[in-house]
Amino acid sequence: MRDVAVIGVGCTEFGEHWGTSFRDLFVKAGALALEDAGVTGENLDALYVGNMSAGRFVEQEHIGALIADYAGLATNHVPSTRVEAACASGGLAFRQAVIAVASGMEDIVVAAGVEKMTDVGTGASVDMLASAADREWEGFAGATFPGLYAMIATDYMHRYPLTREQLAEVAVKNHENGAKNPIAQFRNRITVDTVLNSSLVADPLRLFDCSPITDGAAAVVVVPLERAREFTDSPVRVLASAQASDTIALHDRRDISTLDASVAAGKRAFAQAGLAHRDIDMLEVHDCFTIAEICAIEDLGFCKKGEAGRLTAEGATALGGAIPVNTSGGLKACGHPVGATGIKQIYEIVSQLRGEATGRQVDAEIGMAHNVGGTGATVVVHILGA
Amino acid sequence: MSVSRFWRKIPQRYNLIGTRCTTCGRYFFPPRSLCPDCRRSGKIVDHKFNGEGTVVTYTVIRSASDQFENTTPYVLAVVELDEGPRLTTQIACPPEEAKIGMRVHSVFRRVAADGESGTIHYGTKFVPAE
Repeated sequence: MRDVAVIGVGCTEFGEHWGTSFRDLFVKAGALALEDAGVTGENLDALYVGNMSAGRFVEQEHIGALIADYAGLATNHVPSTRVEAACASGGLAFRQAVIAVASGMEDIVVAAGVEKMTDVGTGASVDMLASAADREWEGFAGATFPGLYAMIATDYMHRYPLTREQLAEVAVKNHENGAKNPIAQFRNRITVDTVLNSSLVADPLRLFDCSPITDGAAAVVVVPLERAREFTDSPVRVLASAQASDTIALHDRRDISTLDASVAAGKRAFAQAGLAHRDIDMLEVHDCFTIAEICAIEDLGFCKKGEAGRLTAEGATALGGAIPVNTSGGLKACGHPVGATGIKQIYEIVSQLRGEATGRQVDAEIGMAHNVGGTGATVVVHILGA
Repeated sequence: MSVSRFWRKIPQRYNLIGTRCTTCGRYFFPPRSLCPDCRRSGKIVDHKFNGEGTVVTYTVIRSASDQFENTTPYVLAVVELDEGPRLTTQIACPPEEAKIGMRVHSVFRRVAADGESGTIHYGTKFVPAE
């Protein structure tokens, strides 16, 4: 297996892009990544594209070919593969690109993610996102995606000393970071009261506990580490790429409040990289809801179960804290175009490790990305090092 | 949901017919056709659950998909059946009465409908046992 490095990254602004189509979003992110990497389309060996549900959001399947075509790569017949694992599609696309390069099969590979969500109404979006869970036995009963995470929150708060205010602090912190990120959907600061006074979506989760509906695309270029210096003076190494599965339905989990796939993928990643928790300088975790960030920090082993709320309220996960979490603003404030989120996490970590995260820069040499599909049926964890 | 997709699960949805692995004795609802413990050596048979259970966790859905929007707010829960398996279901009770640990039993109810003229989805909900 060859070592792999990221040599270029690109990301569109996240938000409601009424004037921009699915394919235009992708082309923009891809062009930014290639320009950053200093490679051209003719150099590319393959594309891996994370996308959850273009078929339902914009009535388009066959995304791999569409993107190769509109990226100007159809005439040289570059292989292009769509990767889908609901909200973990982006992280999984990155992992497929890493595997392709590590194996020696391909050399210069783009991993991308794209989602265009605002072409359908909110009710339709809620329905589509619920298909990341078990359609037949959760969705049929009226489960929404926020509803499933709300049931995690109910169970968690019944068993551990997490207060409603501490949960709100996750959103406050992520908006604070998002306010400093030029690509973030929400660049406004909020207070605990903003969260507590927002409307209930699924008790105990309120509107400001939830990540938004977002359009966006992100792309990164990976190559064998031994070739990285041909393209850049600041390659970022992929130190671990891990993935784990769990039951599709929340009701079948061993423990409602623990994402066992996060635990498994986290352990595998640490073992691959030969690193310990103290070696990780920053985290991008999958905060699709505030409770999800609490669970992620704990399930990845950065503190004991029941402690992440207190640590968040104390500022341990803020930009200046012991372990900054979601410096991008996370899914909550940066936005959550589902297929693009996992790639945006890589984009953020690379920006931080290269010292280019102006306004929100942390002192970091090693970062971890944690991308969740559904309520934890797929988890992808990557560790990157400068 | 297409008519056939709904129709083929009518026994399961209406009458809580799940499955049981006779090799290891484990019960499954929602039904599984492969036992995750015994895999190919497991023998799966149908099993009708008695419909008694306990609320493991719950929420009150205030904002739903289009199909459920006119029934909000409603209580959604994970219920553990007395035979062991857990399922996601609605509890037909006022939101403020829902509690972790409450005893519930199954009832036959209208769940949703595919628009004005589509299939009406009936199925199992639960109500407080007392």
